[in-house]
Amino acid sequence: MRVPDLAVIENGAAIVPEDIALEIYRRICRTRTFEEGLIKAVKDGFVTSPVYLSSGQESIAAALSVAVPGPVIFAQHRCHGVYLSYGGDPVKLRDELMGLPTGTSGGRAGSNCIQCHENGVVMHGHHGLIGENVPIAVGYALASKKSTLAIFGDGAAEEDYVLSSLGFAATHRLPVLFVCEDNNLSILTAVETRRSWKVSKVAAAFGMEAVDLSDDPWTIFLKAKELVKKTPALMNIHTCRANWHVGIGTDGPVEWDRFLDVRNALKGAGLWDKAQKIEEAERFCMEKVWEQGQLRRLSGK
Amino acid sequence: MGTRTVAETIREITRAHLEGGGMLLGESISAVGWVNNTVPDAGNIMELPMTDVAGAGIAVGSALAGRRPIFVVRFQDFLILNGSPLIFYAAKLKGLHEKSAPVFVRAIAAEGLGPVHSGVLHSLFMHFPGFKVASPMTPREYEDVWRVYMESDDPFICSEHRASYSNKDELTDEIMAGADITIYAISATRFEAKKAARLLKNDGVRCNVVNIVWLKPFTLTKRITEPLKESRIGLVVDPGHEIAGASESIAYSMMINTGYPVKALGLEDRTKCLCPPLQNRAPDAGRIVEAAKELLAGAGRVFT
Ligand SMILES: Cc1ncc(C[n+]2csc(CCOP(=O)(O)OP(=O)(O)O)c2C)c(N)n1
Ligand SMILES: [Mg+2]
Repeated sequence: MRVPDLAVIENGAAIVPEDIALEIYRRICRTRTFEEGLIKAVKDGFVTSPVYLSSGQESIAAALSVAVPGPVIFAQHRCHGVYLSYGGDPVKLRDELMGLPTGTSGGRAGSNCIQCHENGVVMHGHHGLIGENVPIAVGYALASKKSTLAIFGDGAAEEDYVLSSLGFAATHRLPVLFVCEDNNLSILTAVETRRSWKVSKVAAAFGMEAVDLSDDPWTIFLKAKELVKKTPALMNIHTCRANWHVGIGTDGPVEWDRFLDVRNALKGAGLWDKAQKIEEAERFCMEKVWEQGQLRRLSGK
Repeated sequence: MGTRTVAETIREITRAHLEGGGMLLGESISAVGWVNNTVPDAGNIMELPMTDVAGAGIAVGSALAGRRPIFVVRFQDFLILNGSPLIFYAAKLKGLHEKSAPVFVRAIAAEGLGPVHSGVLHSLFMHFPGFKVASPMTPREYEDVWRVYMESDDPFICSEHRASYSNKDELTDEIMAGADITIYAISATRFEAKKAARLLKNDGVRCNVVNIVWLKPFTLTKRITEPLKESRIGLVVDPGHEIAGASESIAYSMMINTGYPVKALGLEDRTKCLCPPLQNRAPDAGRIVEAAKELLAGAGRVFT
């Protein structure tokens, strides 16, 4: 049974310090408002390459990026949220999606392969095979001993090489935080159709601490802060993809709307006035990124 | 004759690399004869569990972190499993992201060990952009390949062959005036090509033998093309599969460049099996002689 409050700490928005609660919200809004602009740009024909949206799931990267700053990041295809939350430049992401030489990989790679090597962010690009980033992350941690973040989906978690990478990281006690963004779907196939086991149980059996929780950002923040000190460790986070697997359409009503829940939580914590200003500021910034005249010039359309 | 074998050369290169902070990763490194005595008992060796896909990914991640790992693949057949992190990640990094994961893959080939342990798969890695592929058979060649690797930021496939491990000799090209045919040989077939040239000589065929170490990039230098322009017939011999393999690819390049016929000789298009008649072995001296004579006969030059 998937529920929005699995292992969720009650009143999290009020428990975490106010500046942190608001910073997490700012990063949530960053991804959401960037992708609002992107969706429009796709509709208007300015972005024609395939896009993998993070909307609906953005609380995970937002909370992680505040809780676990500065890791070497290996994300999967659904990575706009990771890139933006950790401090990637939205203009460069836009340019990558538009196939421009000023993009994160010179416009050669695209939505599912975003990298960042500036502003103190180290995020290695994915190449498109689900879960391929997990053994690479583990090898990176082995060779560098640096704090490493491996983010993948519930589908990727089934890849044999992901499972054996968890085992290797457990054997050698490597500094990797594994985060599974479990949106219950591999494209359109639900987890229960695909497997009877939980990745958290497998990770625990390998000998690392592993938790299942839903995508309440305050809980993710608190838990990630704790687990990053005990790596290797795994978080399997239940979340809901708002849009299609690839593209800007929607598959119908989502199980829960975390963005709405987060707003309500901030209201409950008496932070709504400040939060609203933050959201407006982010939207204003992203409207500039996606401004029509500029898109016309850049795309020559 | 030199004093060191190829195996000793590999071991010494590896020792220096590991002592200098490099890494070596592979399965069953220490327990099974230290990989034909090519690996020293030194630090920075990582025993991988039997996980060939993730294992290659871990090696690639180590390369990305700047450790220049040697990744030991005891039998080239396993490269099929190692393929995705190597081909899909390491080799694409530069083209996509202007980054690099210079992993040195020691891909070891063998002969006569049945369907799972006798494969020669270097051609696969010539096919995909992003790799350098070489097949050194002598101590000096191995040192050269290693030096080029250390100066490069590309992933390397070093196609080794067990038949070379005890070799101490440098193999020089054999060029003669008025040659009837030029044999280009790759990997372990180079030892057979030398024998074939002697057999052909006994039958009155004058034969050049040119050694090919670098498969990719394969550069048509004068050393390669001049003997062919003299003999006007060529034969490329490789221990891997002929169809879409190194032998066909290189024969094609030479043919286009010189306009002379060059034939490919590799494995037949059938599975390598265990029992002798079905082993589909790499071309030996006898088959090289046969193929050379057929080519010459086709060109109206019959030798007995
Ligand atoms: C090795 C591999 N197999 C299959 C695919 C096709 N594929 C692309 S995305 C995807 C869904 C993956 O689901 P998940 O890991 O849960 O990520 P999500 O899309 O849900 O974020 C699949 C099957 C692929 N890209 N790579
Ligand atoms: Mg999924």
